[in-house]
Parts: sequence; C-alpha cells; structure tokens
Amino acid sequence: MLDLTPKKRTERSNLKVNPAKTCQPIGAMYAALGIHKCLPHSHGSQGCCSYHRMHLTRHYRDPIVASTSSFTEGSCVFGGKANLSKGIENVFEIYNPDIIAVNTTCLSETIGDDLTEIIRATKIPEGKKVIYANTPSYVGSHVTGFANMAKAMVTHLSKKTAEGSNGKVNLIPGYVEPSDMMEIKRLAKLLKVPNTMFPDTSNVVSTPNTGKYEMYPEGGTPIADIVDAGNAKATIAMGKFCSEPAAFELEKLCEVQPHVLKTPIGIKATDAFVMQLLELNGGNIPKELEFERGQLVDVMVDVHNHYHGKKVGIFGDPDIILAVTEFVIDLGMVPTIVLTGTPGKQFEAEVSAMFAEAGLTDSVVMADADLMTFHQMIKETPVDMIIGNTYGKFIARAEDVPLVRVGFPILDRMGHSYFPLVGYRGALRLIEKISNALLDKMDMTCADEDFELVM
Amino acid sequence: METASVVIKERERSVHKNGMGQASAIECDTSSVSGVVSQRACVYCGARVVLNPVTDAAHIVHGPIGCAAYTWDIRGSLSSKEELYRNSFSTDLREEDIVFGGEMKLAAAIDGIVEKHSPKAVFVYSTCVVGVIGDDVEAVCRMAEKKHDIPVLPVNSPGFSGNKKDGYKAACNTMLRLMGETAAPAKAGGGDRPRLNFLGDFNLAAEAWIIKGYLEELGIQVVTCITGDATVQGLRDATRADLNIVQCAGSMTYLAKRMEERYGIPYTGVRFLGLSDTIASLEKIVGLLGDAGMEERLERLVARHKGPVEEALGEYRPRLEGKRAALYVGGGFKATSLIAQFGELGIETVLVGTQTGSREEYEHFKTITGEGTVILDDTNPSELEHFIRETGAEILVGGVKERPLAYKLGLAFVDHNHERKHPLAGFEGALNLAKEIDGTVNSPVWRHVKKEVAR
Repeated sequence: MLDLTPKKRTERSNLKVNPAKTCQPIGAMYAALGIHKCLPHSHGSQGCCSYHRMHLTRHYRDPIVASTSSFTEGSCVFGGKANLSKGIENVFEIYNPDIIAVNTTCLSETIGDDLTEIIRATKIPEGKKVIYANTPSYVGSHVTGFANMAKAMVTHLSKKTAEGSNGKVNLIPGYVEPSDMMEIKRLAKLLKVPNTMFPDTSNVVSTPNTGKYEMYPEGGTPIADIVDAGNAKATIAMGKFCSEPAAFELEKLCEVQPHVLKTPIGIKATDAFVMQLLELNGGNIPKELEFERGQLVDVMVDVHNHYHGKKVGIFGDPDIILAVTEFVIDLGMVPTIVLTGTPGKQFEAEVSAMFAEAGLTDSVVMADADLMTFHQMIKETPVDMIIGNTYGKFIARAEDVPLVRVGFPILDRMGHSYFPLVGYRGALRLIEKISNALLDKMDMTCADEDFELVM
Repeated sequence: METASVVIKERERSVHKNGMGQASAIECDTSSVSGVVSQRACVYCGARVVLNPVTDAAHIVHGPIGCAAYTWDIRGSLSSKEELYRNSFSTDLREEDIVFGGEMKLAAAIDGIVEKHSPKAVFVYSTCVVGVIGDDVEAVCRMAEKKHDIPVLPVNSPGFSGNKKDGYKAACNTMLRLMGETAAPAKAGGGDRPRLNFLGDFNLAAEAWIIKGYLEELGIQVVTCITGDATVQGLRDATRADLNIVQCAGSMTYLAKRMEERYGIPYTGVRFLGLSDTIASLEKIVGLLGDAGMEERLERLVARHKGPVEEALGEYRPRLEGKRAALYVGGGFKATSLIAQFGELGIETVLVGTQTGSREEYEHFKTITGEGTVILDDTNPSELEHFIRETGAEILVGGVKERPLAYKLGLAFVDHNHERKHPLAGFEGALNLAKEIDGTVNSPVWRHVKKEVAR
C-alpha cells in the first residue's frame, strides 16, 4: 500500500511533501497557447520546457509545442542574452509563428536577464510580435504564471485606439479547460454579448483528428482581438488569482472597467456571471438558458439525498476550488478541508467566510500547503470523498474513498477537455460525477443485504 | 515540404539518410540549438531517472517546486517492498531563499525527512538555481550525514550544466560514493553461486524481475539491479559482484567502467529485448560465469521459452509483416534491439532517432538498417512529422511527447518509455511487444482517421 503518511501532524515549514502546486512557467506556457499562432518560448534550461510540455501533453493528450533557450554553463556565466536573441531568430525562421510568448524561469531570473532590454535589441521580423512575462518559479505557483502571462498579453498588446468602446466585453476565463472556455463562449453567445475571450485554448489543446498535424491549430485568440481588447466596454475576470491582474492592467492602460467574479462553477457563480453579462449588455435571460438552469435545479433536488451531509476534502488551485467549495456547500455537502498549494491569505479569508456563512465551524482551509498535510487532515477527520486532481489518487486509495477528478493536472482519465465544469451544464456534470462516485463505491463495497437495485 | 526547409542549417549534420552518399558521421552529443523545439530534457532529468528507482531512499529535490512536481512518481519502476521513492520531497525554494541561500532550509528538510520516514539514505538533487546561488550542498549533506548516521549524498545536477547524459553521470557518481572507495568485505554464507549486478534496467513494468528470474534459474545470484527495485544496501553490496552486465549503455557504461577500476568487476553489454538478443545475452553471461551445469540449465530454459514464444509470434507475423516503423527513443541500446525485433516480425525500420545516442551507436544503426532509413539525433516535432510522411511510417515507437503527434498523423504508437504498461523484456516481453504493436496498428479506430501519410 502506498501510504507513508504519518497520522500525526507536526510543524514542517522547510519541506514540501507531495506538492499541491507546481511552478509558474507551466502556467505561462498554457496561457500562451491560448493565443492564435503563438509559440511559447521558455527562457531557461532545456529541462523546464521539456517537463512543461510533457505535463501538458499528458493532461490534454494533444501535441504541445514550445521552444527553449537551452541554457548552458556559458549562458549562466555570461547571461542568456545570446540564447534568447538567437532563439527568437531561429523560432521565426523555422516555425514561423505570428507571435512568441517568452516566459522566464528560476534560472534566468536568478542570473538577472533583462528581457525588456534583450527583446528590444533583437531584430524581430516585420509584422511579428514578441511578448514576455516574468515567471520566476520561486514565487507563487503555476496559477501565478498563468496570471502573469495573461497580464503580459495586455501589457504588450492591448491598445486603446478609439474614443468610445467597440461594444465588446473582454472575458478572461482563467486556468480552466478548453471545454470550459467553449462553454463560457457559448453562454455569452446565448446572451448575445459580443466578446473577446483571451487566452482561449479551445481548439488548440483539444483539436479534432484530421489525419494532419497542425503546429498552429485553428483555435486561440487572434492577436488583433487582444489588441482591440483595449477598446472594450468592460472586462470580466473569472477568478481573482488567474485573471484579476490582466483585468486591472486593462483598466490601468486602457481604462476598461474590470469586474472580478468567481470562476463560474456551480449555480451561484454561474448566476453571477450571467447577471454580470446582462448588466453590461442589457437583454434578458433566453429561454434556452432558463431551461438549463431549471434542469440543474431539478437534478439538485432529485438526488440531493445521495450527497447530503457527505464530508468532502477539496484540494487544487484557488480559483477553481473556491467555486467548487461554494457549490458543494449549496448541495448540502460538508467540505471539511479545503487546501491549495498556492500561497495566498486572500484565499483563506474567502473560504473561511464561506464556512462561516454555512455554519461550518469545524472546517479548515489552508493555503501554501502540500498533499501530505491534506492527507493528514483527512486522517484526522475522515471524509466520504475527495475532489482534486490526479495526485489525489494516492490518498483516495489509502483512505478507500472515491476521488472526483477536478483541476490540473488530470493524468489518468479523459473527459476534461471536452465536457465543461463551468455553467449550468458544468454544474450538472459535477453533480453526476459526485453522485455517481458515491453510489459506485456503495455498489462495489456494501454488504449483500444493503445492495439495492434502485438508488 | 522540402527537407531543406524542415531541417535548419545548424541541424543538417544531425540528420542522415542511410546509404545515400553522406560521408560524414552524424553529429550528436552536442547542445541543442537555442529556439529549437527539442524533445530533450536536462541534467537534473537524467540524474532523476537513473537514481529515482532506489526504493528505500528519500529523494529530496533542492530547488523551486517545479522540478519535484514534474517528476513525482512518473518513472514507472516497480518496487518489491519500499515505496518511499514514490513520494515527492522538495525544499520548495522561495524568493527569500534565492536571496539569502537555501542551506538552512535544506538542512531542516533533511532532518524532517529522516525523523518522519527513516530512509536508508537521502539523495539531494541540485537544480538550476542551486547551482547559481551557490548553496554548499556538499557541506549540508556532510553535516546531516554525521548527525543522522545514514548516507546523505548530493547529486550534482543543475539543469543547465550539460545535457541529460551528464545527469546520468551525476547519478552514477552519487552511487559510487555510496558504494565507497573499496569493495565491501565478503559476507559469510553467500554461497558459491556466481554473482552479478544488472546495470541499466529500471524495472519498468517488472522487466528486471523477469530477467532476474532467468538468471536465478541459471544459478546466478543477482546482487542488485541498478537501479530498478534497488535498495541502499543492495547498491553497497554491488561491490562484491563477479560481473556487471550493462543494458542501458548510455546511462550505465560510465558506472561499469568506474566499478571495474575500483572494485575489479569486469563488465559486458547485454540486451534483453527481443528473442535473439535475449538468448544471445544469456549465452554471453553463461560463457563468462558458467560451467557445464549452467550451460545445461540455459539450454533447458531457452528450450522451454523459445518454441512457444516463436509459435505465438508466428501468429502475429502475418498481421504485422510489411509494416513500416519509426523509432524515437532515449538512448541507442533500445533502438538497436528494437530494429532487430521489428526485423523478426517482418516490420521494416524506416526512421530511427534518439535523444542522446552516441556516434558509435549511430554508426551501428547504418549497418543494421536498410538504404534510405532516416537517422536523427535530438530531433523535433517538425522533423519527425516530415520524415514520418516521407518514409510512410505506420507505427511510431517513442515516449510521452511523441504519442499525440503520432496519433494526429494517424500513426499507431507504442510507448517504450516510462509509460509502458506491459513488460517488453525477455521472452515474455518479445511476445508483449508483438501484442502491443498488433493492438495499436490493427485497431479498428484507424479506419475512421483520414490519413495523409504518403503510401
């Protein structure tokens, strides 16, 4: 049995065991893939780029390409300028993207490479773009990296060029799946809201099989749209951690009004998103959406006995699990531990407020923590279910509870690229997953006399 | 697309077409070109893959979280007992550590691990930033070793300090330190069976156990495998073996040479992939260690396995004959064996490449493949795509990053890397490989894929 977790929790500030986060550059790379015809470039050692591509490849099961500065001993002594300049030149010559999005790494940050200066001094072909984000691996987490690259898109591309607005709303979806991005766009379309979503990885990391390999698939936000985002009438940032910096940057540079919401997972968060769109754009809730919401409420009622009062441990990235926590409380479940590896007092404060509102006095929230701690919390207060990414499977097995896979990375199941968790349909899917996981376990493990046909 | 446009100038000498009049040797063992999408990784990655299978050691990754996160339990090497190596330990260096140094944190992390998990040894991997901020990892390890009275050994593996091969070497140096300057005194009661170490098998999908089974049957004691299912004590005992057999030459020849110098243990190359190589390797070992009795046992062993496997392979042959395969693997030994195995199944190898093959290995490929076979060192997705189309390959053998590329191109795929799920070594493995190829290349799913591969 793969369970080496000691039951007793002790102070452990200098050692992370089984991390609940990873480093900034991978988040930046994922965000960069959401620009059309963009090649992400990792300014650091070869391994970083290789690991990020590998991890993203395993999660999306689609080819993920990115280039690297391939640091050597020499680059560390003399700086990475030559590598980056030559790298940019080579990338445009060989792979011909429209844009290169450079992210730094712990190495290039520590040796102090000045990207502004290096890129300024590099000859960039006519009509091509190079943007960059500082993403030191020793600050924040992959979530921070995503936020920094989303912000860099605004910093380097967005322009306010006209007096009035272009009538559009900017949608910054955060670190969610391509399926979620498609669903958010569908909701906006149903509500007849002209919009620009960025980054948008749908049809970049979830491409159809055509028998052909496209290095730059059809998806991704066109550069021109990100430029034009500066003329929008408002921005909706979904998720404070991933999307707020980009929205605020748009306000600062282009005076586009920001609205920061939760990631629209669950009924409340989706309601808030829909209402915000209506408030910005006018109009009414279309019949189709009313129907979807009605179905969701119907199912919440139909099977509430399946999950009511069940204890659940939740871990993952702040924006996602904030919304998931809110939703499971709405379902009548009891989140006993909610944990993220990403540092952030704000996260702890928000989840604590949810607990207080729901009267959950014994529930615990932790930021900047690891999965060894999560496991120990579960040993202290056993749960009926874990919601989290693939890494939860060690704990789920050790504690013999079902794992509902939500978040990044999911390395051992499919579906996340195609079936959203956001919106009313996403909430429906989350109920299906939660409810069925509990019942499947019951069916497999209960005594014969308790085994029932109708549940 | 013309070859000229797909292979950039800097890489022309790393691409070879067999028998097409290119005089010069293939260029390899160099750093990747900056800006190129390489499939390669870094020094740390090399060290980690070699050392990670040591089951009862704690593997601490000293650096920001990413390097530990991406390598958490992805090796696929099985353990017969301890599971400690499957946990991810990191010092999770933060900004203040980069400024003030991470030595104190590392020392505390080692203390924490030793107290809670009682490892038999601690390996401390240095990552890029550690190499730059100048932590004296050596000194921290020495002090911890004194304090806890177990081996605490640094692995000198900053990512930028070379390529993946240098990482193999760093791991081997760490093992050499563990083994000591001189051979351990012989233990009483070891019996008079000849003893060998099996270098360069990582027990993926239980492969080392299969080979160990054969050797035991022959009357040979396997002191330790290096490093599949290895223990700290096993590695220390390795100094008392009569012979080192080396499978993964790229990672282990260095260690074998040093062990010969230090402990007088001779070594020889083996390859347990495919029927003919498996038998030839066993014969070689018996020739070096054996007597008449052992030769007899070998005959019986071969007789028992060979016929049935050949017969079973015969059933697959008509389903596979005439197919064309492309190989892109880590090192040269595997490619050599696979070319032979494919030959036995009637499959032609039309493309062969490695991440870190040596000049000798590339020269050898030329002698065992047909005219026009494309030979590549450190290739990238664009080149792979181009040559796969050009050669009309129908199966790609590779690792995680190659899989989705193959699928997008409508090619069958076999993972001969960390993600293999069935043993591909020995007699059983020869059959499993045929099964796997058949399962993928003859799957009905391809009927639905539009293929653009030239036929």
